[in-house]
Amino acid sequence: MSASEITLDESVLDGAGDGPVLEVADLDVSFPSEAGRVHAVRGLTYEVARGEVLGIVGESGSGKSVSSLAVMGLLPEQARISGSIRFQGQQLLGLSDVQLSKIRGRRISMVFQDPLSALTPVYTVGDQIAEALLIHGRGRLSKAAAANRSVELLDLVGIPNAAARVKAFPHEFSGGMRQRAVIAMAIANDPDLIIADEPTTALDVTVQAQVLEVLKTAKEVTGAGIVIITHDLGVVAGFSDRLLVMYAGRAVESGNVNEVYQQPRMPYTLGLLGSLPRLDAAEKLPLVPIHGQPPSLVDLPQGCPFAPRCPLAVDDCLTAEPELSEVDSTSGHRAACIRSAELAATEAEVEDSIDGVEASNAAAIEAAVEVFGAELVEEPKAALRPRAERPVVLEVDSLVKHFAVTKGVVLKRKVGTVHAVDGVSFEVREQETLGLVGESGCGKTTTLMQILGLERPAGGSISVLGRDVSTLDGKARKAIRRDMQVVFQDPLASLDPRMPIGDVIAEPMQVHGFDATHIRKRIPELLDLVGLRAEHADRYPAEFSGGQRQRIGIARALALEPKLLVLDEPVSALDVSIQAGVINLLDKLKAELGLSYLFVAHDLSVVRHIADRVAVMYLGKIVEIGAVDAVFGEPKHPYTQALLSAIPIPDPVKERQRERIILSGDLPSPANPPSGCRFRTRCFLHATLSDSDKRKCVEVEPPRESQGDDHEVACHFARAKQVV
Amino acid sequence: MSTTVNPAAADEAAADVPQSRPVSRGALVRRRFMRNRWALGGIIVIIVLYIVAFSYPLFSPYSYEFHDTTNTYDPPSLTHWFGTDNIGTDMFVACMRGLQKSLTIGLLVGVISTALSAVVGATAGFFGGITDRAMMWIVDLLLVLPSFLIISIASPIFKGSSWLILVVLLVLFQWMITARIVRGMTLTLKTREYVSAARFMGQSPWRTIFKHIVPNMSSLLIVDATINVGSAVLQESGLSYFGFGVQPPDVSLGTLIATGTGSALTFPWLFYAPAVLLVVALLSVAVVGDGLRDALDPTSSRARRREKKRKDKLA
Ligand code: SF4
Ligand code: SF4
Repeated sequence: MSASEITLDESVLDGAGDGPVLEVADLDVSFPSEAGRVHAVRGLTYEVARGEVLGIVGESGSGKSVSSLAVMGLLPEQARISGSIRFQGQQLLGLSDVQLSKIRGRRISMVFQDPLSALTPVYTVGDQIAEALLIHGRGRLSKAAAANRSVELLDLVGIPNAAARVKAFPHEFSGGMRQRAVIAMAIANDPDLIIADEPTTALDVTVQAQVLEVLKTAKEVTGAGIVIITHDLGVVAGFSDRLLVMYAGRAVESGNVNEVYQQPRMPYTLGLLGSLPRLDAAEKLPLVPIHGQPPSLVDLPQGCPFAPRCPLAVDDCLTAEPELSEVDSTSGHRAACIRSAELAATEAEVEDSIDGVEASNAAAIEAAVEVFGAELVEEPKAALRPRAERPVVLEVDSLVKHFAVTKGVVLKRKVGTVHAVDGVSFEVREQETLGLVGESGCGKTTTLMQILGLERPAGGSISVLGRDVSTLDGKARKAIRRDMQVVFQDPLASLDPRMPIGDVIAEPMQVHGFDATHIRKRIPELLDLVGLRAEHADRYPAEFSGGQRQRIGIARALALEPKLLVLDEPVSALDVSIQAGVINLLDKLKAELGLSYLFVAHDLSVVRHIADRVAVMYLGKIVEIGAVDAVFGEPKHPYTQALLSAIPIPDPVKERQRERIILSGDLPSPANPPSGCRFRTRCFLHATLSDSDKRKCVEVEPPRESQGDDHEVACHFARAKQVV
Repeated sequence: MSTTVNPAAADEAAADVPQSRPVSRGALVRRRFMRNRWALGGIIVIIVLYIVAFSYPLFSPYSYEFHDTTNTYDPPSLTHWFGTDNIGTDMFVACMRGLQKSLTIGLLVGVISTALSAVVGATAGFFGGITDRAMMWIVDLLLVLPSFLIISIASPIFKGSSWLILVVLLVLFQWMITARIVRGMTLTLKTREYVSAARFMGQSPWRTIFKHIVPNMSSLLIVDATINVGSAVLQESGLSYFGFGVQPPDVSLGTLIATGTGSALTFPWLFYAPAVLLVVALLSVAVVGDGLRDALDPTSSRARRREKKRKDKLA
């Protein structure tokens, strides 16, 4: 850290006062890079009070993480930092590493995205927490006291059976438990400020809900100010008090959460809100895609950095970068846009009623749709025959896939069986989207791989387009592959980095023996179909952005004009603003080409937006399946209810009122699933049942039973519950 | 993340763009290679060396078998450009004769052994199971057998046969380690999604290997081939002691260097003339290999038309 540019003022070191815990003013951070200086953070100013939660929202590359690393003094040597960072009145910039480390970990602590990197694999979790206590306790704490305290802390963050778990090593913990252990470490020394950088990004929704809950507890227990950094507007809606939206290294909007969500005054914020699929919207809303990508931070053009992507941009926007200025003098809501007044006007004009969405929030969404000109893809509903009359394209019947667990190297002994998929049945009809949802480890990926492999399953049957895969020979299998194509989750990993995309798209056609002239004609057509340009064909995948790569993946999947597209988490690796564009594309393609989708995802909001029917998986079984409106509107299985209630909704008012069902514990091991109902170990309904009913859950496996029109649930005591 | 593709425009459908002919990978690699001046220079040097090596002895007043006994240990002069050796052989013509052999042997061994290791390693890694075990057994067997011992035992059988047998032998004892590395890389590449994508579109295993697996190891393979060329030239001189291929009075660069080493301080031209030639030849091969690697590697900016601005991924 270079101290040369910083004027150290003789600040008071008196610790906690009434003022803000953290004051950041005019923070600038830049790094050298081959292409020039990267200005990662430019003129950032914010403050956090005690007990306050500040959410910092931005896409990757917006400078949100860099700014908090600067606060922690964790930036690399080459970074040039200027401005001021005051922690409880004490200037942090310019302090030596030794001085900083006295503050770091004791008075400021940090929770990172990847909990594994924060834990040392060779020490037990308890030892690490005790260590954190001892380092900063300066001998005031005995070893035994520290050990006791770590048990208390683990208990506080909701780790079951904490006294035994302190002796566990980090790898014996699941992802969610690790993150909780890290939070326990973070609050061990009763800090005044906690910085949480994407603390829930790598986690499943139910675990995310648990971790957010733990952070809330942490806030209550320590009274610390919290800075939570995220790309997900949903996560911060219910948790933070104030919000700061960052774009291209700058704060572009800040204010009270309610106001930012209800009256966004910067087109970028508006676009972000509009690009999120809403779990609570009963009617299908158009998603707002923000075209283009964030600008390069090396040589930013003059003017508003958002101008190239802004639908409201006018010539004036290009003359100077708009300052973050008050839009409303009373509440401290500020935005960096010269046309925020016009946004307010548009918002006042649009009608603000969306089925299921609060009126206060609907206005902002409708305004986003209006400003960005998003359109809903109209499905040719009239032309569509009723579901029962349409042919089945994919039928999976009591599919079973077990993996043997072996021990030993030379003589492999079978020590158990993992029931990855245990009797899964569903069907996908023509022009229909079935969403397959569930947390990681529920077997959805295994199911997918079984279908894609077209091999004879270990149990049950799979038929694609009416043909049972176990009867296929090599030739027929290849023929079926033409009609069933796949789009993968990670668009970079699924494209051969050494192939120009023209070749990537040509490959399936070459495999299936199309002639060269046809292929040459088809490549520009396909690129055009997915919204890319024909001359992109001779570029390599690395030259494209994430969203564009996913479009290439889709183009490749469409090359053979398949009937069924299997989509494996196709948007979960993309930034929100990009995600909307890809979802819209999938919507459009389905309507235009009459495709059927099997859409595997963990994000239920996306599924609600895109799917017609949805199947919820838990531990290798489908627990609830049916039409989207039935399952989301009236979920009957306790697991579905928990899952839905865990999904954050980007509406601060509603989010605060929602009752969240927090699932206890972790997914049981699929090698040793619970008897009877597999969900019973975590079922909140089960806990409230009478003893005889409980016994039924333990002894009898609940069959999938119809609960109304196209709605089947596997629970003995299925009852509807409003959770969204 | 590269930012050359104009995203705003790319996101919108651009139907009005004239439909250009998509360029295939082969054409693209060729174009990128041609843009690299160093690599082109390397190719030219190799070609020139070849032409001179084969044509000069035809027109030269001397032959490598002619010994000008009155002019032994002559330093380089206008009559003998590279001087003469202890029995009056013209070093330049000897070097050219040696270059013919060495360059051919080196290039052949480099290319063949690398290709062999790529095929064996990738096949073993990709198919796994019994194929893998059988192939790796052969590899391990060849690795533990002392190669020079085998060759000296086998040498009477090959006595007098063509020097091409030398190429075969050199290849036979050079490919195993690379094959093992290739197998390891294949195991990781096999799990990549684009390989699964190829499988799910019905691509045959062999084509997948040659389309997706091998190209993604090309950097390793090219470096390996380049090194193999050099070591083949030097090993060949070692094998000459066992009576293979290049036998006196015939010469190769390897044997010339081997005999010249002793007099490097007293009669430096005997050592430096063939050594410098070898270095030039190997450098050219390395430069060509480098160019090929850059042309094949899309992330290498050197092969692009112009330097592209790269934005550091931050935050
Ligand atoms: S200043 Fe102009 S370009 Fe920037 S966000 Fe506002 S309207 Fe858009
Ligand atoms: S069957 Fe029992 S344990 Fe299973 S979901 Fe229903 S109530 Fe819960």
